[in-house]
Amino acid sequence: MEHVDGNAIAGPLAEFFAFDVTTATGRCVGCGSIAELARAMVYRSGAGTVVRCSTCDTVLATLVESGDRAWIGLRGMSAIEVRRAPSAG
Amino acid sequence: MSFITRGFSGRSRDRDERLPPGQTLVSDFPVLSAGPTPEVDTADWEFTIRTEAGVHRWNWDEFMALKIDDVDTDIHCVTHWSKLGTNWRGVSLDTLFEDVETEQEYVMAHSYGGYTTNVPLDELLDGKAWVAFEFDGEPLDPEHGGPARLLVPHLYFWKSAKWVHGLVMMDQDEPGFWEQNGYHIHGDPWKEERYW
Ligand SMILES: [Zn+2]
Repeated sequence: MEHVDGNAIAGPLAEFFAFDVTTATGRCVGCGSIAELARAMVYRSGAGTVVRCSTCDTVLATLVESGDRAWIGLRGMSAIEVRRAPSAG
Repeated sequence: MSFITRGFSGRSRDRDERLPPGQTLVSDFPVLSAGPTPEVDTADWEFTIRTEAGVHRWNWDEFMALKIDDVDTDIHCVTHWSKLGTNWRGVSLDTLFEDVETEQEYVMAHSYGGYTTNVPLDELLDGKAWVAFEFDGEPLDPEHGGPARLLVPHLYFWKSAKWVHGLVMMDQDEPGFWEQNGYHIHGDPWKEERYW
């Protein structure tokens, strides 16, 4: 099967990464529960931010920020569902 | 005008040479936690070293019966603060590894609460690292990693894993929790190894 390079996902991912986190849901790889990210437990520290599942405490996501660089880790979610505008699709 | 003299003379000109690049001195002890503070009773506490050959175990009483070191050292946090001349008590990793035979050269430190961090074994031996249980003459506060934390002062302080529970030997260097998420796999403050 042929593949194209990563530029091909620029459009779809631009839409994805513009999602409203308060309405998005994610599936926890620890316990399988599907919950709104807004209900997750967020711990802030100097090193970074850690988002944990409110059911089982699994680390769902990490955020690290340093000046003009930032890292987003989504280690604990098998998928994220984002809400699209009704006209899309 | 002593106020002005003090203001102009003290700052960048006489930079403390114990301070790595990009660091600022603090006198307090900022808390960096990535989750709820694990409450570990010393009665339930256990420390293990797992190698290709098996597991070495110490409970709290066995641990306290080991040779205990007094450690005066500077600590450097990746978030740009350093604290000079901190005082700890703990057991040297040299003591813990005395009867441990292993060909594996890398270590993953595991903590109560699930946090991990990686360090090469040769950077834990020869007086470079401890499992510390006292800070400034007091039992280590849970907030600061008590009952016991790893102390690897020559690396950025996120490597000094709080609530340390055990070490797992590895054939290869693998990134721990923060190292997978943006932080440097090694973390030498003198080389400013902060991020990827
Ligand atoms: Zn979960």
